Amino acid sequence: MTTTAAPLDVTALRADFPILSRTVRDGKRLVYLDSGATSQRPTQVLDAEKAFLQQHNAAVHRGAHQLAEEATDAYEGARQRIADFVGADFGELVFTKNATEGFNLVAYAMGNAATSGPEAARFVVGPGDEIVVTEMEHHANLVPWQQLASRTGATLKWFTLTQDGRLDLSDVDSVITPRTKVVAFTHQSNVTGVINPVDVLVAAARKVGALTVLDACQSVPHSPVDFHALGVDFASFSGHKMLGPSGIGVLYGRRELLEALPPFITGGSMIELVKMEGSSFAPPPQRFEAGSPMTSQAVGLGAAVDYLSVVGMERVNAHEHALTVAALEGLSGIKGVRLIGPQDAVARGGAVPFEIEGVHPHDAGQVLDSLGIAVRVGHHCAWPLHRCLNAQSSVRASFYLYNTLDEVDALVDGVREAQKFFGVA
Amino acid sequence: MQLQQMYQEIILDHYKNPHGRGLRDPFDAESFQVNPTCGDEVTLRVHVVDDVVKDVSYDGQGCSISQASTSVLTDLVVGKPVGEAFKKMDAFVELMQSRGQIEPDEDVLEDGIAFAGVSKYPARVKCALLGWMAFKDAVARSQGAA
Repeated sequence: MTTTAAPLDVTALRADFPILSRTVRDGKRLVYLDSGATSQRPTQVLDAEKAFLQQHNAAVHRGAHQLAEEATDAYEGARQRIADFVGADFGELVFTKNATEGFNLVAYAMGNAATSGPEAARFVVGPGDEIVVTEMEHHANLVPWQQLASRTGATLKWFTLTQDGRLDLSDVDSVITPRTKVVAFTHQSNVTGVINPVDVLVAAARKVGALTVLDACQSVPHSPVDFHALGVDFASFSGHKMLGPSGIGVLYGRRELLEALPPFITGGSMIELVKMEGSSFAPPPQRFEAGSPMTSQAVGLGAAVDYLSVVGMERVNAHEHALTVAALEGLSGIKGVRLIGPQDAVARGGAVPFEIEGVHPHDAGQVLDSLGIAVRVGHHCAWPLHRCLNAQSSVRASFYLYNTLDEVDALVDGVREAQKFFGVA
Repeated sequence: MQLQQMYQEIILDHYKNPHGRGLRDPFDAESFQVNPTCGDEVTLRVHVVDDVVKDVSYDGQGCSISQASTSVLTDLVVGKPVGEAFKKMDAFVELMQSRGQIEPDEDVLEDGIAFAGVSKYPARVKCALLGWMAFKDAVARSQGAA
């Protein structure tokens, strides 16, 4: 396969994902529409993890034996390939447990800045300072900032949403002010798929000298992303949403910022010199990778990035766009279905949340599950977004490169089935 | 079909025509419970006189399972001594945690036996217990306040 404009050969590609050919709930063909929560892994990723464990496994950055060398090379080699994939330099990526840890790392490191050296002064947050988030955020990029505000006495402010679920940026300059220290926002909503104008927010933040922290969990897996081109200061994303393993996330930080940022988790591996009276710390990224890191997960994520690179992110994105258009069209054609968020596929990724009048999302999900269709129900870790859009909860279908138009049809039929079952059709 | 096993007619009837719904006075204590995974919520009040559950009233938003089980709860506990109500609660909780492995006692649980199928779906057990957790909490509060 090459990265041309040719559409994906989904049938061939699905053969790489053994789980997609299993059945569920008494022989129903699995229709997996929950990749926004976690994606499935291709054989190539599983094989890479297994090969690493069978041939090269050792603790990284320790020991001088051959396996230790090979393991370290595999770990750092993965870092390099992932950096290339997201438009970053090698030393700008920190491996974390998951994306949530990445946000917490930045928030806690900023909290530690007040008691660190003068190089960390730009990260200090205190009373009178403001932290800006949005009502669209996943809890992972919201709660850590609420907590930082409450620990430091800073004020939390946020952008609200328009009626159709996009960021209301009509008052950018009254939300982002000279008091703003951080602007944390999502690249692509995990609920509605809305893609935010990163350039507008980065420009507003830069104007006042505020740091930007991007939630890239839903953008990096589904579209070409270049952090240098976007100009954000920090970004966090997870491995398991992009065909990789769970237990690994990635934090991107601009080099000069990571160099000045104090550590969050401390211990082995992240030090330079340790004496009983105190310690000094290693340069990034090691400063932020205390303790024995995950290894086969890093190798697996490296293989996932290789896989996606061969397929081509433009093609992945175009394929998901076609699925989203079909889902919006199919669902909006059903009486009693309310699409939550934008009604169209403009500036939007492959997530479609909706409600069915008279059928609670939990019940709708149960009917879909009985048909073999896996969707997410609830508030998808974005409670304020749901409140904002007058939904108690929702059903969310989310797509990836291995989904098909047939599966979108199965979803639409399943929704009609749910209406019939609950007598609201 | 599996779906009918879970959504027994009794459950759908309680969902469509809930018993005892709406918040009422007088009451001794109120409990607000929420299921953090889906955002379903219930506010439930109890009125206890001489250790007898005189009234249970409630309001909330939730799926058919959580709404129906709260409706069944009111049938089971209103008019009963607190001790007996708690025995029914324990039986219902045990049933819900059984993964479909125990035969419920209709004399104790009445319409509540319809939830046996729900117990096979771990993700929905919390739904079925939401109102019951509110009842337990509200009674404890009413006793604490007394």
